[in-house]
Amino acid sequence: MSAVAEERGASMRRMRALGRAEMTLLARSRAALFVALALPVALTVSLQRMVPTDRVEDAGLSVGTAVLPGSVGLVLLFAVYTNLMGVYVARREELVLKRLRTGQAREPEILGAAALPAAAVGLAQAVVLMAGGAVALDVGAPERPDLLVAGLVLGVALMAVLAAVTAMVTRTTELAQLTGMPLMLVSLVGSGMFIPLEIAPDQVAAVCRALPLTPVMDLLRGGWTGRLGVAETLRALVTALSWIALGVFAVRRWFRWEPRR
Amino acid sequence: MEAIEAEGLKRRYAQEFEAVRGVSFSVREGEIFALLGTNGAGKTSTVEVLEGLARPSAGRVRVLGFDPFTERARVRPRTGVMLQEGGFPSELTVTETARMWAGCADAPRPVPEVLETVGLAHRADVRVLQLSGGERRRLDLALALIGRPEVLFLDEPTTGMDPEGRRETAALVRTLRAEGTTVLLTTHYLDEAEQLADRLAIMHAGEIVASGTPEQVVAAQPSRIRFRLPAGLRPERLPLSVPAAVHGRTVSVRTHTLQEALTELLLWARAEGVELEGLHARTASLEEAFLEIAGAEVLR
Repeated sequence: MSAVAEERGASMRRMRALGRAEMTLLARSRAALFVALALPVALTVSLQRMVPTDRVEDAGLSVGTAVLPGSVGLVLLFAVYTNLMGVYVARREELVLKRLRTGQAREPEILGAAALPAAAVGLAQAVVLMAGGAVALDVGAPERPDLLVAGLVLGVALMAVLAAVTAMVTRTTELAQLTGMPLMLVSLVGSGMFIPLEIAPDQVAAVCRALPLTPVMDLLRGGWTGRLGVAETLRALVTALSWIALGVFAVRRWFRWEPRR
Repeated sequence: MEAIEAEGLKRRYAQEFEAVRGVSFSVREGEIFALLGTNGAGKTSTVEVLEGLARPSAGRVRVLGFDPFTERARVRPRTGVMLQEGGFPSELTVTETARMWAGCADAPRPVPEVLETVGLAHRADVRVLQLSGGERRRLDLALALIGRPEVLFLDEPTTGMDPEGRRETAALVRTLRAEGTTVLLTTHYLDEAEQLADRLAIMHAGEIVASGTPEQVVAAQPSRIRFRLPAGLRPERLPLSVPAAVHGRTVSVRTHTLQEALTELLLWARAEGVELEGLHARTASLEEAFLEIAGAEVLR
């Protein structure tokens, strides 16, 4: 086996060990499980009634294609973003991150492995919600599954990176409720989760398109409706990847591995 | 060969506070080296740089010939670290924690074996949350040992342990040395350092103020004679060849020639016909040396 392959194997093994421990911790945390599993479903059900049916239909969408991507957005925000940010803050404050850094695991492995359970739960729940929602709201099969997958994968990656970024400015797990609010609110209102951007004024829509979760929502919705042009698809991909790159840069540069003294 | 080298190591924190102000020392392969000092002396700040957790603000450190920060991939597989505190998720059990850590090592010792070694086998299925302070230190030690390290960093390994735990830990450290492991430890317990360390250094206010074998460090310190000044006698009447400090009626003498000083004092007392109450003479111990050097400001 080459040295590179060997190192990759070792890296996988470390990620697996760390991810497994983190999964055990998630399974033992009722609060985290509730936020990750119950909140998105409950919110989807209640928000679905608030969707302005006539205006949505003016924009060429059905209630189903308006709501389903939004509910995946909720999964991303709660099951992945909020949950994982709490994990990063808690592990840092417990000095777990500091300890892990004394071992062989590399920094990206430590943060990446901690994100595995949140990502897995998020993906599984998104799939279940979409399947269940598609049946309940009478939406057909997605027109462009490739866009759907791209939206999901980028969405999870983006949320994980932004969770680490937010954890940098969050000193305690209690404060995580507060520091997570900006992204949460901005996304709910401006990323077209439940209110399609098509019905917003042009200038507002232009600003909203630059928000981190907007490209993910565009890809998800495009996946269902099949109505996302090449240019729009590219724009969404570039925007999402840019946010991820920006986040990774910030984390590499400024992530705090130890509590402030 | 030197397993650990520090040269002019400085560490400054954001608020301009310089915790380590130019520390140099080296630890030979297979040696136990103890870093002593009061709280805030800069021990942990120094050790963290050697562990590769932080870059030095100035100076150079090498562990097994490599820079522990920039060449971490080369150093980490060969070092074991016991941090000063914590670092466990409280909801994992002892075994789960050790298994997680073993999964991060290239050639880990089997988890049950290492728990047995540190005396935690009977607590294997208990959550970390429920462990006592001493048991957590044992778990910490177990993790440090899992990767079969050549160099072991132990930051206050026995703090919070009961006497039995301290004894067992000391015995374990000796066994490791016998197997060729290099150990750098910091401790508050001077007897522990005196018994375990091949060499030691005492830090104070970010600098090393004494170093050598325990015997050398102790020998560099003066012995001490103490007694109460006889009533009605003025301090000026004390024999002048013996430098003495008088606090109230207590006289203390520090000397490198205990026998000579004591003889002179006793002869003087007989000549004067006075009784030296509370007379007390002792050669320096590491504890005294430590108080003398590191605790000077604290005591005054």
